[in-house]
Amino acid sequence: MIPRGIAVLWEQRDAMLSGLLTTIGITIVAAICAGLLGLVVFSLLISRIRAIEVTLVWLIDLMRCVPFMLFCYLIYYGLPSVGIVVGNLTAGITALTIYNAAYIAELLRGGYEGLPREGIEAGHAFGFHGWRLLARIILPPVLLSAIPMFGNQMIQIIKDSAFLVIIAVQELTFAANEIQATYYVPFASFVCAMLLYWLLCLGVETGVRAVLALAERRR
Amino acid sequence: MGPGDYLAIAAGAVNTIAVSLLTIALGTPLGLGLALIRWRKFPILDGFVAALVSLLRATPSVTLVLLVYFALPTIGLEIPRFAAGVATLTLGTMAYNCEIWRATLLAFPADQFDAARAFGMPRALRFRLIILPQIVRVALPALVNEMTLIIKVSPAVAVIGVIETTRAAIRIGAATYRPIPPFLVALAIYVVVIGAFVAAQRMLERRRRAGAFA
Repeated sequence: MIPRGIAVLWEQRDAMLSGLLTTIGITIVAAICAGLLGLVVFSLLISRIRAIEVTLVWLIDLMRCVPFMLFCYLIYYGLPSVGIVVGNLTAGITALTIYNAAYIAELLRGGYEGLPREGIEAGHAFGFHGWRLLARIILPPVLLSAIPMFGNQMIQIIKDSAFLVIIAVQELTFAANEIQATYYVPFASFVCAMLLYWLLCLGVETGVRAVLALAERRR
Repeated sequence: MGPGDYLAIAAGAVNTIAVSLLTIALGTPLGLGLALIRWRKFPILDGFVAALVSLLRATPSVTLVLLVYFALPTIGLEIPRFAAGVATLTLGTMAYNCEIWRATLLAFPADQFDAARAFGMPRALRFRLIILPQIVRVALPALVNEMTLIIKVSPAVAVIGVIETTRAAIRIGAATYRPIPPFLVALAIYVVVIGAFVAAQRMLERRRRAGAFA
C-alpha cells in the first residue's frame, strides 16, 4: 500500500511541486506586504496622536482574537460585498497580509518599548524629527532585534497559508488533497506535504540564523 | 438572520469550546510527558521526540486534520470526525506544550533538586512534590497563551465537516446570501471565549500572588 502511494506521488510530482511553489510564492509576497503594512501601522502607533493610537491598539487586540480561517472567509466574502471583486489567490494573500501585519506591528512595538529612551532623546537633540527620526534612529535597532520574531511570523504565514485551501487556492495542501482524492493515497500525499512544510520551516530558521550571524559580523 | 440562525451559531460555539477543552485536557499532560522524555535524555526516544516535535510544529493544522481523517481508515481505524479533530489539534498543541514545559524544566534550579535527593526522596515523589508545583506556576502564562492559540486554529476541524462556530457561520451566510452578519456574530463569540481564557489566567495569577504574601 505504501509503496503504491510513493509511486503515485512520484508520478504526480509536478502537481505537488506546483503546489509547493505556490505556497512559497504566497508566503514571500504575503510576508513582504505584511512587513510593509506592519511597518506603517507601527509608525502610526508611535506617532503620539492619541486617537490613532487608541484605535489601532483596539484593532490589533481584536485581530489577535480572530481565527485566521474566519478572517480569510471574511475577506473572501466581504470584499465583493463592498464592491471589490478579486480572485481567490488575491483574496488569500490580502487576508494573510492584513492578519499578519497586526502581529508584526505589535512585535515591532515590543522592540520599540525595549529601546533605551536616551538614543531617541539624543536624536531629538540632533534635530531628527518625524520620518527621519524613525528611519535613522528608531528603526535600525528595532528591526535588528525583531529578526528572530520575523522568522517566527514567517513560519506562521507558511502554516496559515494552508487555510487558503478552503477558498480553493491551489497551494501545497490543495495539491496533496487533490492527489489524495483522485488516487486514494491519503497517507503518502499528506505526509509528503507535511515533510515539505517542515523543510520550508527549517529553511526559514536557517535563513534567520544566517541573517543574525551576518548582522553580528557587521556590527 | 433569524433566531434559529443565532441558535445554530451557538450550537457551533458549544462544539468549538468542547473541541478546545478536550484538546487542552489531552495536550497539556502529553506535552509534559514528551518534555520529561527529552529532559531525562532517554536514549533514542529523546532524538525521536525532538524530531517529532519539530515536524509537528511546522505542520499546518489543516494538513494534519486531513491526514488524520483520511489516512486512519486506510489502516483500519474508523474514527468519527469529532474525534479526528480533537486528535489532530492535540498532536499540534502537544508539540508546542512540550517546548513550553521543557524550557521550564531546564530553568528549574538544580540545588532544590539536589536537596530533595539528599533527603532521600524517591524520584516520583521528588517530581510530584518539588518540581511539578513550581513548573506549573512558571509555565502557566505560556500554557494559557497556547490555549488561546488552540481556539484560533480550532476552525481547522471544519475542513473535515465538524460543525463549529466558523462553519456554522459560513452555512448561514451561504443560505441567506448575506455572509457578513453571521461572521460578525462568530467573531464576537471568539472574542468572548479567548477573552475568558485571558481573564481566567489574570485572576489565577492575582490569587496566587495574594496567597504568596498571606
